Amino acid sequence: MAILLNENSKVIVQGMTGSEGKKHTERMIKSGTKIVGGVTPGKGGQSLEVAGQNVPVFNSVSEAMSATGANVSVVFVPPKFAKGAVVEAVDAQIPLVVVITEGIPVHDTAHFFSYAQKSGKTRIIGPNCPGIISPGLSNAGIIPADITAKGSIGLVSKSGTLTYQMMYELRDLGFTTAIGIGGDPIIGTTHIDALREFENDPDTKAIVMIGEIGGDAEEKAAEFIKANIKKPVVAYVAGFTAPEGKTMGHAGAIVSGSSGTAEAKKIALEKAGVKVGKTPSETALLLRAAIK
Amino acid sequence: MDLYEYQAKELFATHGVTTQVGKVVSTPEDAQKAAAEFNCAVVVKAQVKTGGRGKAGGVKLANNPSEALEKAKNILGLDIKGHIVKKILITPAEDIKEEYYVSFLLDRTNRTFLSMASVAGGMDIEEVAAKTPEKLAMIKIDPLTGVDSAKALEISIAAGIPSEVQKDVAVLIEKMWKLFVSSDATLVEVNPLVRTNDDRIVALDGKVTLDENANFRHPENENFVDTANVDPLETAAKAKDLNYVKLDGSVGIIGNGAGLVMSTLDVVAYAGEKFGGVKPANFLDIGGGASAQVMADGLGIILSDPSVKSVFVNVFGGITACDAVANGIVQAIEMLKSGSNYAQRPIVVRLDGNNAQEGLRILREAKPDNIEIVDTMDNAAARAAELAAGVK
Repeated sequence: MAILLNENSKVIVQGMTGSEGKKHTERMIKSGTKIVGGVTPGKGGQSLEVAGQNVPVFNSVSEAMSATGANVSVVFVPPKFAKGAVVEAVDAQIPLVVVITEGIPVHDTAHFFSYAQKSGKTRIIGPNCPGIISPGLSNAGIIPADITAKGSIGLVSKSGTLTYQMMYELRDLGFTTAIGIGGDPIIGTTHIDALREFENDPDTKAIVMIGEIGGDAEEKAAEFIKANIKKPVVAYVAGFTAPEGKTMGHAGAIVSGSSGTAEAKKIALEKAGVKVGKTPSETALLLRAAIK
Repeated sequence: MDLYEYQAKELFATHGVTTQVGKVVSTPEDAQKAAAEFNCAVVVKAQVKTGGRGKAGGVKLANNPSEALEKAKNILGLDIKGHIVKKILITPAEDIKEEYYVSFLLDRTNRTFLSMASVAGGMDIEEVAAKTPEKLAMIKIDPLTGVDSAKALEISIAAGIPSEVQKDVAVLIEKMWKLFVSSDATLVEVNPLVRTNDDRIVALDGKVTLDENANFRHPENENFVDTANVDPLETAAKAKDLNYVKLDGSVGIIGNGAGLVMSTLDVVAYAGEKFGGVKPANFLDIGGGASAQVMADGLGIILSDPSVKSVFVNVFGGITACDAVANGIVQAIEMLKSGSNYAQRPIVVRLDGNNAQEGLRILREAKPDNIEIVDTMDNAAARAAELAAGVK
């Protein structure tokens, strides 16, 4: 089994006709994802030839859902239009929206996140994330599908490339699901959400959690792990050398005053009994030791 | 992007938040002139983007223009937590009856907005929160409904604002919310918000942080950019659309993806402990693409930093395969060599992931003389630190 995304996921791509959307739709199809349509307002009725497959384009998410039974949407819409795209997906009550777009104003994210919470029907992953992959089953986003195969590890990470790095380090073990939750100050799916899903997934044997500076999501996750997670969890935190007050690439990766430091996150996780690696490779070794 | 107090107050003024805009000057003589124009006692305030100005001697009362001159002389050039005072704000002094605190901010923990308000204004609010939390009202704001006059009054009452001015404060709170939303701010803070002897409500200080992701709908934000105080390398990097932060070490870092680059800095600092505390010289994320041009731009910026003694290029080939990255590195070095001020420094490269073997083959074949290939991130970091420490 995998979490949140599996072989039955029917995926649509909002912004498929754009260059990024098209490129990644092709990669998703090639990695075995059931892409059932694209959404571009005003281009409904057309179709797009992608990776030898004729993908129909719809004007709206709700049209796409009723025509195809889609239950996952991946959003590649530019920042300016992302809020509208997600609100539309929530209105259509699609169960999962994966927002890849980087650079969305946080007021817009606060709005659509709150909107989705109120609807109670839609889970959002991201924004500013690489998406989610259940190797061998489905791939909703931009995570390279050829790093590793299906296996027994669950991975949740704020960072895209560290997700890839960790999948590579543990490629012999494989993964049930890897989720990049994104590096923005407000994200729809947190470490805790993913940890809960992995705990309940019988195929996931152990969990790797990757955090970075900014906010207190890792501290909250530590409390949650202590109270709720029985499976082995190891962690990695990036940003020990980040100076105060500087945004390190991700909009949410910033130490403000004394809050959001990597050190505080590491201490909180270790207090909860989670081993924290000094480097990604050491973290991979810790995981191997944990499942022995 | 954090604004200076004077910039925050300009924003306040345009949104009807009662404040004293005052006059920004950068010489003692202009401070004297401004005080003479106001023709009353003035406050001379250091303009720096950090807290604790008062304690550091950066805020002084001047009763007349010649006092303003003296105070300005003392404040200009002051080092406040590493921020050198280059500008000062002159505002008329107010007769203060009471000091309050009001702010709107992004609440990451609850993934919403928060208003904080207190009658214990004029102090460090983190201290108020820690020592007398009962004096600090924290009210969640629903991003979908925001703050109307009723909500603003609720905040004012929750803060314990005296009934005579409760409504006046609420009016100002509602305007602060409008500013928060329409400017795409992540923080709007007034501390202190004062009640004067004649019961006017005035924002005497202002702190505003704007969301740079929203710059596309705020062309006016361009005016707030403080080019004089930004590191020139950061300015050069920004012009090339590179995500660069200058740090104080000697190992130049290039990588793809913010998380991997942050991790690279840590691993270098960790490895550097063995070489007398060698540290990373910068953060530079060239993103997923890692084309030759971007690599050349990135290497160019890093090699123009005289404190860089070695460079560590750490790439995980994902969407862009390692062979493309390797070609990028080779071409980048050729491009830089043909330039006028190319300064050769040892470059340690680690490539992993998609098509890594082919990438490494390309690098070995092209063999730019100053490149060393190391197989893992940890070993490459150690080698880069070793080279920066001067070990051959």
